[in-house]
Amino acid sequence: MCSPERIKYLQHMSRRIRAEVLKMIHAAKSGHPGGSLSVADIITVLYFHEMRLDPNNPDWPERDRFILSKGHACPAWYACLAELGYFPKEELRTLRQINSILQGHPDKKKTPGVDMTTGSLGQGLSLAFGMAMASRIFGPDYRVYVILGDGEVQEGQVWEAAMACAKYRLDNLVAIVDRNSMQVDGRTEDVMPIEPLVEKWRAFGWAVRELDGHNIEEIVDALSWARTVKERPTVLVAHTIKGKGVSFMENVREWHAKAPNDEQLAAALRELGEC
Amino acid sequence: MGMSTREAFGRALVELGAKYPDLVVLQADGTRSTQTIHFAERYPERFINVGIAEQNLMAAAAGIASTGKRALVSTYGVFASMRACEQVRTFIAYPYLNVTIASSHAGVTPGNDGPTHQATEDIGIFRTIPGMTVVMPADEVATKPLLDQALALPGPVYIRLTRDAVPTLYGEDQKFFIGKAIERRPGEDLTIIAVGDMLYWAERAADELEGMGFTVRVLDMHTIKPIDREAVLAAAEETGAIVTVEDHNVINGLGSAVSDVVCDAYPVPVKRVGLPDTFAESGPYELLLEKYGMHVKHIVTAAKAALELKARLHRHVRRG
Repeated sequence: MCSPERIKYLQHMSRRIRAEVLKMIHAAKSGHPGGSLSVADIITVLYFHEMRLDPNNPDWPERDRFILSKGHACPAWYACLAELGYFPKEELRTLRQINSILQGHPDKKKTPGVDMTTGSLGQGLSLAFGMAMASRIFGPDYRVYVILGDGEVQEGQVWEAAMACAKYRLDNLVAIVDRNSMQVDGRTEDVMPIEPLVEKWRAFGWAVRELDGHNIEEIVDALSWARTVKERPTVLVAHTIKGKGVSFMENVREWHAKAPNDEQLAAALRELGEC
Repeated sequence: MGMSTREAFGRALVELGAKYPDLVVLQADGTRSTQTIHFAERYPERFINVGIAEQNLMAAAAGIASTGKRALVSTYGVFASMRACEQVRTFIAYPYLNVTIASSHAGVTPGNDGPTHQATEDIGIFRTIPGMTVVMPADEVATKPLLDQALALPGPVYIRLTRDAVPTLYGEDQKFFIGKAIERRPGEDLTIIAVGDMLYWAERAADELEGMGFTVRVLDMHTIKPIDREAVLAAAEETGAIVTVEDHNVINGLGSAVSDVVCDAYPVPVKRVGLPDTFAESGPYELLLEKYGMHVKHIVTAAKAALELKARLHRHVRRG
């Protein structure tokens, strides 16, 4: 459990992460604000509360592993890593620019703290499966966290990996589905329905819990519940809002991949109380 | 007759499992087909069977290798190179991970299975991916040292194996080095550069050509990428004509890799023998070689054409 002060701190941190996301994408003049804002609270809780990490030693063998399967939401991840000191905050302004350590999608070789390259959808759960198996076979014991987009589960490979994780009873693996109900072409249920999503995961042998992916307390609780699950992998279906925190971006399809201009950035930062 | 290189691979892998205690072998069903069954029996804790799911296979191997361990995946060449191509490119090669992709059923060696199971584009696909090493041992003797070196390399390696038995060409004392061609016989009139199961047929063709009075250099180019540039250029300069021989589409395979070097640095005639940009069909291996222009007589014909081109070029140079 978590003290009210701790929750408050995490809420404050997630606002800062959101503000950084918008500044980064504004400076880069391209990127994906919608999906970055929908996962901001989840990544914040993972990095500032849940995961075992040592920012001074990014390759610490016992660290928990994180994979952002929906790699396009990396601005939220980069902001957390910079905040924790994996690299200087000034680097955030170089996102997507030539010679930057911050690629448009996560690159294991370029960015300290990035455990695995992602960006092509449908892959992260397989990568997490491999990492969790490596821990199982060789040790040390660490946990593997992977965030998937909801549209992403339309990729067949996700379900190949889901079967494999269940077969090997990987209770050291937690998948979190960012259920913002939108994808590039519109609503997931219009483009290619994924419901009933909870039942699908359950049928594949996973322990499943639904939560509000913007309620810090619920995220903290769900992750702590996941630690109690034994002999099965866990998936958290986190109901979120694409563009969460910026009124004019929320649930607006166009903000999937569009940079805010100067005025839009200023308005967004005012809403976040971070101007 | 020796054994298939997939069988030699299966045996070598068990031995190498002791040498590399951090090695995990991943298989997408078919442990008997690709011969990882021996490793699976000896090291069950380091063996993962993901079922018929090649995409998950490749990305899972990437996940394991991302933790600093060694991974080897095993499946058929067609599936490794096409069903899971992007997984190899983006999650194994781009992060430059230590994953060895061992594929069975190369070229038309799975004869009767037909084109669905004949990998005839895989060399081209993998040699186009940055950082990949592409290897094909010619026989059982070559298989173990090349596999050992593949596992030792820090980056990704594609190692291509035959389904059917191939003749044993090498003595036990032969040394092999990834990236270094082996001169099987010296010669001055022409060089035949062959890979994998085609080395045997290339040597039979060289025998015939020698019977006609030519001296023929034969190279085993077991590493297609990085290609042994020095050996190719020496062949170009010293023999002035080259024939390449491969059990693969003539496009983008060994012939193209050799031509890249020759065109770039020392242009001489290069004639390519391989599957002539078509799909093959079901049938016995040797009859497929006959029908699709890859048998001894076709290599001899290509050699004569290369020698004729070389002579014409020399006349042209003299006139000039």
